[in-house]
Amino acid sequence: MAGLHKSDFANPVINWIDTRLPVFTMMQKEYGVFPTPRNFNYFWNFGALAMVNLVIMIATGIFLAMNYQPNTELAFASVQHIMRDVNFGWLLRYVHQNGASMFFIVTYVHIARGLYYGSYKSPRELLWIFGVVILLLMMATAFMGYVLPWGQMSYWGATVITNLFSAFPWIGPKIVTLLWGGFSVDQPTLNRFFSLHYLLPFVLVAVIFLHIAALHITGSNNPLGIDVKTPQDTLPFHPYYTIKDSVGICVYLIVFAILVFFAPNYLGDPNNFIEANPLVTPADIVPEWYFLPFYAILRSVPDKLLGVCLMFGSILVLFVLPWLDTSPVRSARFRPIYRLFFPLLIISVVVLGMCGAHKPEGIWVTLSRLGTFYYFFHFLVLLPVLGKLEKPLPLPESISQAVLGGRGGGPLPSGAAAKPMEKA
Amino acid sequence: MADTHGAAVSGHGPGGEVTKRDMIKLVATAGAAIGVGALAWPFIDSMNPSADVLALSSVETDLKPIAEGSGITVVWQGKPIFVRNRTPAEIKEAQAVQLSQLIDRTDGLDKQRVKAGHEQWIVLIGICTHLGCVPLGNKPSDPRGEYGGWFCPCHGSQYDTSGRVRHGPAPLNLPVPPYAFTSDTKIKIG
Ligand code: HEM
Ligand code: FES
Repeated sequence: MAGLHKSDFANPVINWIDTRLPVFTMMQKEYGVFPTPRNFNYFWNFGALAMVNLVIMIATGIFLAMNYQPNTELAFASVQHIMRDVNFGWLLRYVHQNGASMFFIVTYVHIARGLYYGSYKSPRELLWIFGVVILLLMMATAFMGYVLPWGQMSYWGATVITNLFSAFPWIGPKIVTLLWGGFSVDQPTLNRFFSLHYLLPFVLVAVIFLHIAALHITGSNNPLGIDVKTPQDTLPFHPYYTIKDSVGICVYLIVFAILVFFAPNYLGDPNNFIEANPLVTPADIVPEWYFLPFYAILRSVPDKLLGVCLMFGSILVLFVLPWLDTSPVRSARFRPIYRLFFPLLIISVVVLGMCGAHKPEGIWVTLSRLGTFYYFFHFLVLLPVLGKLEKPLPLPESISQAVLGGRGGGPLPSGAAAKPMEKA
Repeated sequence: MADTHGAAVSGHGPGGEVTKRDMIKLVATAGAAIGVGALAWPFIDSMNPSADVLALSSVETDLKPIAEGSGITVVWQGKPIFVRNRTPAEIKEAQAVQLSQLIDRTDGLDKQRVKAGHEQWIVLIGICTHLGCVPLGNKPSDPRGEYGGWFCPCHGSQYDTSGRVRHGPAPLNLPVPPYAFTSDTKIKIG
């Protein structure tokens, strides 16, 4: 396979590089002319948004790290130093802090999109599995990042989450000591969390690369969930989806900016303005909002080990989802019964999130049990059974037929299709 | 996009003439570039000295403990500052030097390098103007070079008792930091 690439680029410098390392040809193929289903809706923006978000996190994180001190004596003060003394330090930190929330909003919508339109089904199982790995890495990164400012919530969040591992019999306490590098959350813990918090985003970059590479083998799913059959079903990625993504990015940046400039601490916890005190636990300890549903699952059962297993299980179940769902039809649009149950899944997760934010008393205990029950019922019982029982609606013949049917097959934008469509 | 792949969607007219689409693209790209450029500034500026670093910008020094013929080093903005109590012989020698004898003639006269009435005291930023080492010579027992001032151990530059470079490779005299006498025995640097 050795040999120079024959480059089509007219610009001599680009051509020279491309001949030796065809990165320009690759970009052109994967992001320029890449054939993309023509019927995307705005839910297909969220992957691109997540990528933008990761870049923002890495950029702000690297600059925060220039002034941050991973030392229990200095960490809290160094974050205050960032907020007060460093030029634009307040901006870097608020963007990083709220960026974590934006990242989870975007990623959760991205995942829900996949669930609704069946993007996890064959042939995209591996792509989906990489996605779940990305979710786990994001959670680990965000958790360790939250420990760094060394406030009360940082400290007690770290204590509680690391202690989860103590639930496992015999090896549990040994794991916890190993995680801490001591007998409580302390200097070694903070130092290694900083190291890993710096590392994991770059591991994320690598896994996201694989996620995208797999995507570009299978091609994108689409709101109809049917395969691309002819070139008329697709549009070149550029300019159609570069523009559509740009619109989404503008809206995303507006929401992000509103959070950062008008409500930077809205999603934060006031207890984290108090420096960590290993001798006093704050009265209300709650994780960041994006962990609340999992936290509620943890607390929904009175048994320590079972709670921990259910919490981890709630994510692990996503790994096997492609094989739990037995329906061959991807998009919920053509699954009349699944379509009714899907909102229940969303509601159960939202209710679990609300339960996570309240003390486990009275109604909240009942609700968190109901939510946990439905969450697992949905994946472990409903999806396997429904695929067998449900009668899907008839699928459209092709994407172009479904898309153009309604509008009577008028002339298309130039470049969208080679020949005029027949009327549906 | 001038390549063949992109031609179908490039928006150029059939003859390759400039179209409305070209204008839109140009404006959109320029808008994005300006936005990213504006965003880069907070990142770059965050690397400049922070407010607490700027706040450390002056130090007071007591001159009483400095014996005639020796000097001390104080830290100002993280830099070594030499404060030396010159002997009458050193002062005379420093004043006698002509500009024509110097490598760097800016502020080359001794009277430009001390405060009038305080000729005994020379205050210098103690960083060799070659590549940044700290020259030796504050203690009388240090090597002071042929001109009796300071000697840089890194590449052998020599400075006289007024802090002027007399022997290379350093190109410039040791600079005098901004300072003022707050009393006869106290100076404030910065
Ligand atoms: C996946 C991407 C990332 C996520 C989700 C993330 C998340 C977080 C979170 C939630 C915090 C706590 C914010 C607070 O309450 O103040 C934090 C802090 C921090 N992060 Fe990240 N981060 C990411 C990437 C990075 C990268 C690449 C670096 C580079 C070294 C970094 C450096 C820091 C530093 C120094 C802090 C402590 C300063 C502070 O608390 O604001 N982060 N991160
Ligand atoms: S650094 Fe002083 S002579 Fe080179």
